[in-house]
Amino acid sequence: MTIIRIASGVGLLLGLASVQASAQASGQAQPLEGDAERGQQAAGVCVACHQADGMGMDNPNGESWPRLAGLPAAYIEKQLHDIKAGRRESATMMPFANMLDDQQIADVSAYYAEMAAWPTLPTAYQPADPEDAAEWLANRGDWAEDSMIPACNQCHGPNGQGVGDVFPPLAGQHAGYLEAQLEAWRDGSRHNDPNQLMAGVAERLDEAQIAMIADYYATLPMALAERDAPSSEEDAQ
Amino acid sequence: MSLRTSRPLMAATLVATLALSPAALAQDEGVERDYQIPLPEAPEGEVTFQAPHERDLPDNQYGDMVRKGRDLFVNTQSLRGEYVYNEQNCANCHLDAGRLANSAPMWASFGVYPAYRGKNDKVNTLSERIQGCFTYSMNGTPPPTGSEPLVAMQTYLHWMSTGAPINESLPGRGYPKLEATEQGADRARGAEVYAAQCAVCHGDEGQGQTVGERQVFPPLWGDGAYNWGAGMHRVNTAANFIKANMPLGKPYSLTDQQAWDVAAFINGHERPQDPRRRTLETLEETDATFHNHHGFYGDEIDGRRLGDHADFGESPRPLDG
Repeated sequence: MTIIRIASGVGLLLGLASVQASAQASGQAQPLEGDAERGQQAAGVCVACHQADGMGMDNPNGESWPRLAGLPAAYIEKQLHDIKAGRRESATMMPFANMLDDQQIADVSAYYAEMAAWPTLPTAYQPADPEDAAEWLANRGDWAEDSMIPACNQCHGPNGQGVGDVFPPLAGQHAGYLEAQLEAWRDGSRHNDPNQLMAGVAERLDEAQIAMIADYYATLPMALAERDAPSSEEDAQ
Repeated sequence: MSLRTSRPLMAATLVATLALSPAALAQDEGVERDYQIPLPEAPEGEVTFQAPHERDLPDNQYGDMVRKGRDLFVNTQSLRGEYVYNEQNCANCHLDAGRLANSAPMWASFGVYPAYRGKNDKVNTLSERIQGCFTYSMNGTPPPTGSEPLVAMQTYLHWMSTGAPINESLPGRGYPKLEATEQGADRARGAEVYAAQCAVCHGDEGQGQTVGERQVFPPLWGDGAYNWGAGMHRVNTAANFIKANMPLGKPYSLTDQQAWDVAAFINGHERPQDPRRRTLETLEETDATFHNHHGFYGDEIDGRRLGDHADFGESPRPLDG
């Protein structure tokens, strides 16, 4: 199963998902094994923005730097390749990504993936509050005829904690970064999502929804911790 | 070959095992029965019906029952091991919690029941219709009539249908019907569509994806999927659903041909046995009686005959149970 996942990840990377079977058969596109220790050496240039602890930083008045610690290695790896190839345009990241060869990309990806676990959030079903627009969009979507926006969690998983290597976690990511990415999909500067699944959704979100949902996910781990704290005390009694 | 003569043995066993009403028995033996007739198509035209918003739900016992039904509809897995024996939720095939037009919305179903259904050759109440979903789409056992899960779901549907006309087929009901294409539906072409468009969510082996215990992307074949008796196993039904609703967030993005092909690919895989197989002696009989439609049950694919097994998935009832 792991082999299949890795192979399909590489297939997506090369934009060859539809012919991954033939690629596998002919032995092409073997994934590189990332080494976290080597990755630490190569990540020297990353810490200025992404910080030594890989937590990045939200900069309300400028470009926000995403948290990398705990993102799936395959996801980070794909993003770096996409930045190099221009499928994800980033003036800030481009020069740094270009400094890394394929092996170094695999290594830094392994390094950040292993640095810390992404927050594990509750997976149990919770009905969305119809009075809370952000919670509603995250859990139920906006299916008006001119919107047709699935719930974010339908792909990004319960409480937006990510699904597999393709759908990254949203909860606990910086608001400024999330907002910038949604904008990047809208203006086409980021176009590296599988089958334009995200681009279409981003285009149909309005500005208010983007700001609202970015803030919702950035603060969700804290909000959930507060919500669940009293009840867990009760459970203990 | 769509007309079949029913057998007394079969009818009696059906009543016993599938909780059908004795009305089916009361009908004359030997009468020609058609188990394939679908409900009439929805009329064309603009979708005008608007389901009410949940923020307007009343804070009383009725509102609470609606919320319970909503929860069961979205998270049907809460009934796993009791009435549900696969990994599906109602909202997987009825998007936006059963509210979305052309995604078989509940507000368009509520008013058309009771209705005659060829599937079991009798007039079905809404309650029986929902029970049918549990038997087939959820590969489970139907909640008893009057039980809270069933009352809750009916109440949810009732509330969602506030203001909808009774006994009138509304635009947006069911899945829009795709016309057949000249090339037909081809599994091999469908495999390519699947790999390119579907596998990213539903997995290379149709296994779906979960986070912890929570199903995120439903399995499309195998034990976690809808069984061989579910409407979705029909290639035409799946093609209709896919065209209007998949990939999620990209409705109508596949060509008609792609929708047909990928539906054939998905439904050309093995899944839990048709529960009606318990009522008949052989696969051949089950195929001939209940599968005169566009599906692969009983067909040989890649050297194996689909449905030729006693695997009812997690369903606790054995073949002769």
